[in-house]
Amino acid sequence: MVGVFLFHTTSAAFRAEKLLKDAGLAVKLIPTPRQFSSDCGIALQLDWSETERAQSLLADVALEHAGLHRIS
Amino acid sequence: MSEFLELAGGNPGRSGHRLSVAAGRIIFDARQAVADLFNVADPLRVIFTPNATHALNLALRGLLRPGDRAVCSGIEHNAVMRPLRALERQGVQLTVVPCAPNGSLDPAELARAVIPGTRLIVLAHASNVMGTILPVGAAAAIAHSAGALLLVDAAQTAGVLPIDMPALGIDLLAFTGHKGLLGPPGTGGLVLGQGVDIAGLEPLVRGGTGSQSQRQEQPDDLPDKYESGTPNGVGIAGLAAGIRFLAQRGVESVRADELALARALIEGLTAIPSVTVYGPADLDQRTAVVSFTIAGWRVSEIGQRLDDEFDILCRVGLHCAPAAHRTMSTFPEGTVRLAPGRFTTLEEIRRTVEVVREIAEV
Repeated sequence: MVGVFLFHTTSAAFRAEKLLKDAGLAVKLIPTPRQFSSDCGIALQLDWSETERAQSLLADVALEHAGLHRIS
Repeated sequence: MSEFLELAGGNPGRSGHRLSVAAGRIIFDARQAVADLFNVADPLRVIFTPNATHALNLALRGLLRPGDRAVCSGIEHNAVMRPLRALERQGVQLTVVPCAPNGSLDPAELARAVIPGTRLIVLAHASNVMGTILPVGAAAAIAHSAGALLLVDAAQTAGVLPIDMPALGIDLLAFTGHKGLLGPPGTGGLVLGQGVDIAGLEPLVRGGTGSQSQRQEQPDDLPDKYESGTPNGVGIAGLAAGIRFLAQRGVESVRADELALARALIEGLTAIPSVTVYGPADLDQRTAVVSFTIAGWRVSEIGQRLDDEFDILCRVGLHCAPAAHRTMSTFPEGTVRLAPGRFTTLEEIRRTVEVVREIAEV
């Protein structure tokens, strides 16, 4: 089971990628799955078990995401 | 830059394919490098623009509305003065605070001009003509006590002087990539401090951002609100390389090297009787940009002889800064400007002084 974070801008996705990688989380940038957004762009995928920690790391620097989705 | 062209080359943010992501990551790394250089916590508050002029236009035209009051110094570059004069015709009230003949600005005079209701103080961090450093830290305190913002034109100082935006209290910082940051031309940016509410900063250009494509209105998110259209990825990759090079060496070390060159140049030129050197005598108050004239010589003739006969390249005339030249009484003839950088050698400076002496004493 994986979690997918969406972002308002690709810059925010890259910032989140760096932040979470630096914290030791295994994250991967993926093309945003169409079912989640009509937008073009990229999303951040990681193991579902790590999403809670990821959310708190993003909140620590007030980095806004545009939704977290679970894919089984 | 070649890495961007050979290995990335996609359009950042427009797609999720690997080349687009590679391009986006290179640009993000550059954003982070700029944020680190100016000690800004959030790299998304770094807006890339084609040059400092564009960044200054974004800040001035994005912030100021008819009826607003703006204050600037008497030595600003035309990249600041021309947008400000145009805004003045649209109803912005502008106060220009005069500088001393050596370019220095008295913070007390600035404070007197910043009356309640002032929206913005705009200051060159250093004069592009005589190198004079303006008191941006004092200006920030003056701005904030009046409820105004401080915009700093760092075209002359990014990579040349250490700039800690939060410590100095700078709200908006415009920079160019092709000078002290050792990047290619066609790069620059505007850095927004935490105190800038982006709801009050209108974009200069609107268009495609690769985000929120379902909407026909400009997104409100940083940095996309201010970065429409395909960015100069190749140039931005080069800018990041320049900043990384600079960071390895340290801005303080570059500053020390440049001051040693400036000291030799100023002392050498000042010793020639018919030469006048402009700007502050105190090296702590200036950058390495040195303007001079030779009595009895047109600056264009000096410039041409330096180039043709001695392979010394300089810029003569008004340097896009008529206000600075009026301040130092060199308008409209202008000056000869020499700008040693970190790749200039002391030997080259000594030779330059000898050559100027040769021209002056014939």
